[in-house]
Amino acid sequence: MSAVVGQGAPIEDPAKVKVETPFRRFCSEFAESKLALGGLIVISIIIVVAILAPFISPQDPYDLAVLDIMDGRLEPGAQSGDGAITYWLGTDDQGRDMLSGIMYGLRISLTVGAGSAFIACMVGASLGLAAAYAGGKTDSIIMRIVDLQLSFPSILVALMILAFLGKSVTNVVIAIVVVEWAYYARTVRGTALVERRREYIEAAECLALPRYRILFRHLLPNCLPPLIVIGTMQVARAIALEATLSFLGLGVPITEPSLGLLIANGYEYMLSGKYWISFYPGIALLVTIVAINLVGDQLRDVLNPRLQK
Amino acid sequence: MSVYLLRRLIQAAGVVLAMSIIVFVGVFAIGDPVEILISPDADQMERERAIAALGLDLPLWQQYLIFLGKAVQGDLGRSFVFNEPALELILQRMPATLELAFAATFGAILIGLPLGLYAGLKPNSLASKGIMAGSILGFSLPTFWVGLMLIMVFAVQLGWLPSTGRGETVEILGTRWSFLTWDGLTHLAMPALNLALFKISLVIRLTRAGVRETMLMDYVKFARAKGLSPFRVTFVHVFKNILIPVVTVTGLEFGSTIAFSVVTESIFAWPGMGKLIIDSINVLDRPVIVAYLMIVVLMFITINLVVDLMYSVLDPRVRLDSK
Repeated sequence: MSAVVGQGAPIEDPAKVKVETPFRRFCSEFAESKLALGGLIVISIIIVVAILAPFISPQDPYDLAVLDIMDGRLEPGAQSGDGAITYWLGTDDQGRDMLSGIMYGLRISLTVGAGSAFIACMVGASLGLAAAYAGGKTDSIIMRIVDLQLSFPSILVALMILAFLGKSVTNVVIAIVVVEWAYYARTVRGTALVERRREYIEAAECLALPRYRILFRHLLPNCLPPLIVIGTMQVARAIALEATLSFLGLGVPITEPSLGLLIANGYEYMLSGKYWISFYPGIALLVTIVAINLVGDQLRDVLNPRLQK
Repeated sequence: MSVYLLRRLIQAAGVVLAMSIIVFVGVFAIGDPVEILISPDADQMERERAIAALGLDLPLWQQYLIFLGKAVQGDLGRSFVFNEPALELILQRMPATLELAFAATFGAILIGLPLGLYAGLKPNSLASKGIMAGSILGFSLPTFWVGLMLIMVFAVQLGWLPSTGRGETVEILGTRWSFLTWDGLTHLAMPALNLALFKISLVIRLTRAGVRETMLMDYVKFARAKGLSPFRVTFVHVFKNILIPVVTVTGLEFGSTIAFSVVTESIFAWPGMGKLIIDSINVLDRPVIVAYLMIVVLMFITINLVVDLMYSVLDPRVRLDSK
């Protein structure tokens, strides 16, 4: 799941001989923007923290045995009642260490965000490919649905899905997939329409290869660059949408709080000046989204054939 | 023109019909309405009588036709929670939402146009780069997060603006409006800014792109060569031509402003229909959910239609017969 986020993760391998391969050129062009490189490093750190959360967090925020309600709503930097741990980012109303809560929340936010963006990508790319390859009726039906759906704002579509299906993590994933597949479908179709007139597709057709093979082995790989760019951006959007839905109380259940739900939990205390319960999860969310966007922006510049030097 | 108008109207009606089917099937067929509509203590006889009374024993398509027939007459059922007609409930809260959405749209134009103009005229200055970076943030930050930060800074830390509610209102034509009193305005400022943020970024980018494109046009060069003042060139010759796309997009965005007000209203406890729908989803108040979805979809399609038609009137290059 995090593979989608970590797309360009291996930056360079100096041990190998310096040969100008496409991948190497891609890496060096990507690294030209220090901002994007910084974003990539931040994302990598966030992913590592999320994966290792059970091992590196100061506290297991869902083990009720370690929580002490007496430690509720402590300020950042306060010591726990028994002096065992310092709450660097304060505690929430249950006496839960915010830092640990954020680490676990990141896990859920990233999994739901990247996972649903990935599923949306599969669905959207397949339909987009099918539309471009089949043409005619199939194409116009699929693209009509895409047009119709893109004319409605994401939040409305997501609300609709959740109103139909009820609240649960699975339904949030379904909602995000339904919201996002159309972007992938449109992007892939656009590229595939150009690619399918190329000679190599004609050659593959002359070899009488099965249709799925032409679609997924010949056409799809050549549509990947724009798909990667859209994919990166959509992961950020998925994380933001999940956070929004959870904040509204329509997303993940209270037992598996994502960043959005953590923020919602602290919201009522914000007015009384206890800002940290909402503020720090918010910062974590912000950093994640901005970092992914920075990487996506640079990917777009690097992968855009029109801008290639 | 009239053929085009007719065709667009039929198209729009088709979409409304399709959406009504989706909403009906989604809300009434996926869940079990019997569970919610009939009290669990009812015995078998009572249950069957209630099912028959509600028409739940009919085939789905018949149920849909009944639903559609009532919907056309403005009857979308009664709210389980408020025990009032769902449509009335939504309409009562609509002015608050519309007020917020209009305030956000005007705010976006008032803030976005000058900034975009500046960024387009001086693309390499530091301030322009700052404006563009800010607009990227405006695009990517979740609305609710920005809303929380606004509350934290302006309501809690500085204490300048109230954080929730509509404040003092004035009643005009039977509806209450906040923007006519000072207290109401201070209540409106933060939610409107919050809701406007995305649109400000959008207007900035559109204006900047428009200005940069138009500045290279021959007629601008000619105006300059004629010796017109830069002020006149910018505000008469360039400005007029960038306004069309800005107005169109802002108009099209109005529908999504209403949809996104769901988030803003929840944060600032703004008593509009967005807050109502969230509460209704939480308690599964189906008639209200249906009424909200149908009204917003209808609004959306109307806005799209009007903008489409206006566009073809404003811009003669849009060939009507080619569609």
